[in-house]
Amino acid sequence: MLKDKLLDLREEALKSIQSADSVKNLRDIHVHYLGKKGPITEVLKGMGKLAKEERPVIGQLANQIRESIGTRIEDKKKTLEKKMLEERIKSEAIDVTLPGRKRAMGGHHLLASVIRDIEDLFIGLGFSVVEGPEVEEDYYNFEALNLPKNHPARDMQDSFYITDEILMRTHTSPMQARTMEKHKGKGPVKIICPGKVYRRDTDDATHSHQFMQIEGLCVDKNVRLSDLKGVLTVFAKHVFGAEREIRLRPSYFPFTEPSVEMDISCFKCGGHGCSVCKGTGWIEILGSGMVHPNVLRMSGFDPSVYTGFAFGMGPERIAMLKYGIDDIRQFYNDDMRFLKQFKRA
Amino acid sequence: MLVSYKWLQDYVDLEGVSPDDLADKITNAGIEVEHVTYPGEGLKGLVIGQIESCTSHPQAEKLRLCNVNLGSETVQIVCGAPNVAAGQKVIVATVGARIGGNKKIKRAKLRGEESNGMICSLDELGVKSDLVPKEYADGIYVFDDDVPVGADALPYLNLDDVILDLDILINSAHCMNMIGVAHEVAAILDRPVRMPHPEVPETDEAAADRVNVTLAAAEKVPYYGARMIEGIKVGPSPRWMQLRLMAAGIRPISNVVDIANYVMLEYGQPLHTFDFDAFGSNRVLVRTARQGENIQTLDGQERTLSSEDIVITNGREPSAIAGVMGGTRSEVSGETKKVLLEAAVFDPISIRKTAQRLQLRTDASSRYEKGLDRNRVSSAADRAAELMARYAGGRILKGIVEQGEREVPERVITMPWRKINQVLGASLSQEDIKATLERLGFTVAAEEETIRVTVPSRRFDVSIPEDLVEEVGRIYGYNNLPATLPEGTSVHAALTPYQKIRRRTEQLMESAGLFQAYTYSLTTGEKATALTVKDSDPKPTKVVWPMSEEHAALRQSIIPQLIDVVKYHMNRQMPDVRLYEIGKVFLTKEGCARPEEEEHLAGVLTGRISERGWEGEPEAVDFFTVKGILEELSASLAVADRVAYTSAERDGLQPGQTADILLDGEIIGYLGALHPQLQKDAGLNKTYVFEVAIESLLKQDQPDITYRSLPRFPSTTRDMALVVDRSLPASDLYRVIRKTGAPLLDSVKLFDVYEGEHVSENEKSLAFSLIYLDPERTLTDDEVSAVHERIIKACKKQFGARLRG
Ligand SMILES: [Zn+2]
Repeated sequence: MLKDKLLDLREEALKSIQSADSVKNLRDIHVHYLGKKGPITEVLKGMGKLAKEERPVIGQLANQIRESIGTRIEDKKKTLEKKMLEERIKSEAIDVTLPGRKRAMGGHHLLASVIRDIEDLFIGLGFSVVEGPEVEEDYYNFEALNLPKNHPARDMQDSFYITDEILMRTHTSPMQARTMEKHKGKGPVKIICPGKVYRRDTDDATHSHQFMQIEGLCVDKNVRLSDLKGVLTVFAKHVFGAEREIRLRPSYFPFTEPSVEMDISCFKCGGHGCSVCKGTGWIEILGSGMVHPNVLRMSGFDPSVYTGFAFGMGPERIAMLKYGIDDIRQFYNDDMRFLKQFKRA
Repeated sequence: MLVSYKWLQDYVDLEGVSPDDLADKITNAGIEVEHVTYPGEGLKGLVIGQIESCTSHPQAEKLRLCNVNLGSETVQIVCGAPNVAAGQKVIVATVGARIGGNKKIKRAKLRGEESNGMICSLDELGVKSDLVPKEYADGIYVFDDDVPVGADALPYLNLDDVILDLDILINSAHCMNMIGVAHEVAAILDRPVRMPHPEVPETDEAAADRVNVTLAAAEKVPYYGARMIEGIKVGPSPRWMQLRLMAAGIRPISNVVDIANYVMLEYGQPLHTFDFDAFGSNRVLVRTARQGENIQTLDGQERTLSSEDIVITNGREPSAIAGVMGGTRSEVSGETKKVLLEAAVFDPISIRKTAQRLQLRTDASSRYEKGLDRNRVSSAADRAAELMARYAGGRILKGIVEQGEREVPERVITMPWRKINQVLGASLSQEDIKATLERLGFTVAAEEETIRVTVPSRRFDVSIPEDLVEEVGRIYGYNNLPATLPEGTSVHAALTPYQKIRRRTEQLMESAGLFQAYTYSLTTGEKATALTVKDSDPKPTKVVWPMSEEHAALRQSIIPQLIDVVKYHMNRQMPDVRLYEIGKVFLTKEGCARPEEEEHLAGVLTGRISERGWEGEPEAVDFFTVKGILEELSASLAVADRVAYTSAERDGLQPGQTADILLDGEIIGYLGALHPQLQKDAGLNKTYVFEVAIESLLKQDQPDITYRSLPRFPSTTRDMALVVDRSLPASDLYRVIRKTGAPLLDSVKLFDVYEGEHVSENEKSLAFSLIYLDPERTLTDDEVSAVHERIIKACKKQFGARLRG
């Protein structure tokens, strides 16, 4: 009798486990069949009426049934949990091709990138970066650079004067004189001077009354023109590509003697001639030379002990050549469409 | 300087050197040849013809029928030129010829008469009309001398020539004449120079009997020489001379004037010719001009002189502005019989100033300015005299009437041999160096250690040892030098702390979504003083001679420039703009012409900071977007504790949405919304701006980073919502909470601001989250509560704050 009841209970329990469809359901089943007040416990309460020898048999059976119900519940729970997880995963599926959430990111101005790149190159070559005033004294802007008051080359640089002695600097070369003065006649001086400069020009596609310049200066015992050539070669290859070659042409600047103009082999056509290089295979990049003894002397260096080279370049020109920009005013319009294009320059 | 390839061959053998080759060689040796032009390019089928008869056209009054002998045949050509006549030798474009502008000549019938070609003017061959001699300006060109009929006309017109355009810089002024170019080319090619040796057929009469010269401005006139030439017959100069002048860009005028110009081109020495009868006295007095003195120059202009100018006078009134231009009063004309020929040396600076002030740059003044061969002055006078005798029928009176030093000693430069190799980084032998210098016309005396170099007077640009280094280097070729790197002392090189932090600031701005901008430092006077960080000086620094009012004054703030950039974008339908700029502003200093320069960081933000996307509404820029960026900045510069923001009113900004930024109590910047009125006037949307005198921020010593070991004990977080007066700045509460909570209060964060229900109208509720921490142990609840209560009490006492229920 009791045995039948237990077997019925087992049957009933397994059936309800079978049809359970949630973990909660299962928990209720567990409590119902296996709890302290559950039917199995109830059945076992009637064991007193049984014959002595029957009791352990029924007890064992009851335990077996409890165990098997417990196991079944566990198994069913795992199955249900797995199913739930699968359903959740399915419901959480997204279109991974939708665009991501954009974080607003700005970027460097192209000129700043060009200048930074050149600064870093020259720092690696042992040059420090110095900056100075944009409103300069005539002395530092001209006279200390071997351009006395009536020097005819002053025509070449029509300047924005503020008084007879004060002007907007026309190049960053005044920092050469200022830095050398600070060194009090003792080398080495290895600097580059980036910054804004100003000339009396009417703004158009190729002229700007304000533009950037980077000057370089290296003064030490035994600095040679061949060193200038070496440094400029490193520069040209770094900025315009490893295949570039350079060419030095004699030129004239009041602050250097000898003076040379540096051309690079055309990066567009490789030197065969094209529109970028105007058919010559060469592109004019910068002016340079050996520091004029008057410049050394005026800044307190003894030209019989020290020699040096100097160079000056225009970041706008470099950027225009490199990226085919045909209007210098773009650098100062700050059109976001322009700026965005050079974020990673 | 326009150099005729044909003319150059008078002085140097150019055998085997094509014009393009030559141009390359000249460029590589230091004078850039900007253009090589072939004036006869495209011309074809032009021959010299002789007009055998010239009769009127039966049908047309203005046309003539010419029978023209072309050597191989005689053809009829109809010609309309007013100067056509029988017997002339002319340029004939034969049937099938091509003339200027690539025009093809065909057989034609003109008013019924056959025309087998065309008799040409010079312009029709592409010669610039302002260079054509006057006598042929309105008609055909006529050969005035013995030319072979039937021959190709081009060589006789120098249209087979090639012109090299040399860009003459200050150090190459010695090549502003043919002899100078000849020396340069000869050195480059290592070939000899053939110099002209003028022979002057002088009469027995002495020039000094006719005229005397007085220098009353000797310091500005080192030398003045005059030759007297009488019996002059003014007429056209010979064809070869006219053609050479035209090739050099000078219009032939008359034999006397042309000879002076020709010799200037050849020798580089400007000459001037006076009609001696019109000159008006036998006394040449060279003096400084009187202030306000007048002269009519050859270009017909009345000129007012200053006491800085030099004038050539007849003792009373000026006849020429020395070295610049002659006067009309003693101008050589068709009637001139006697010529006073001036060959003088004037001070370059004085000439330059005069030419500049009068805005009168002439071939003569530019040569005087840049310098000339001091010792060539009398040979130039002789050369001109020789040509006047030959081509203007002149009798040359004996001698040069002169004052000052005709010649100066040549310069000698002594230098150590090794300097040349040392500076170049080359390893040239002494023989090579000597040979190179000698090729250039220097005289070299070699000693053991040193070299003594005598510089020819024509190389007035060479004066110091470094000039000789350049001479050797450019002829040797810089491209033959090795490429080396400086071997000297190695030095530490790195960005300065300031430069490093500035780069980090740029990075920070960019990761906050701002693009870097560059705007102009020069702006209008009005914008220069608007929206300045500190009290603006109403008088900005101005440039004396601006190009335009747009760029006349130095900015004292960057913001007005950035606002213009926003306008630029609004005009192009781009409403989202986020920009920053780091740059100088120029602050006027009382009693000081030079402004103080200060680096500022400025920014402008308008529109949306995030893009409109599928995942949600775009975020618009507001005051706290901007403030958050600035807080990040002060945190990154380790000054967050020292920076405060206070409500402020500023011109151009919206009251109630403007804050001053203070560092240690001193204003260093501002942020805020542009004033709605200003926005409206400028057609802008809501726009936020900030500007910070970043130099003062970046120049702060950066405290070292001190590492705090990570806490080993748990922290406790407690929140509190305080109801306070609506006008109480949150920063005040912050201050009191921090001060009272120290040292156990580790951090405090405002997480909610509430106004509305349950809070009365003039109150607000601020909710803070406070974190308590002791690095040495775990805090008990009681300890935390004690501090928390103390904070609440302090806020109550100071601000009447109460806990929100
Ligand atoms: Zn190319």
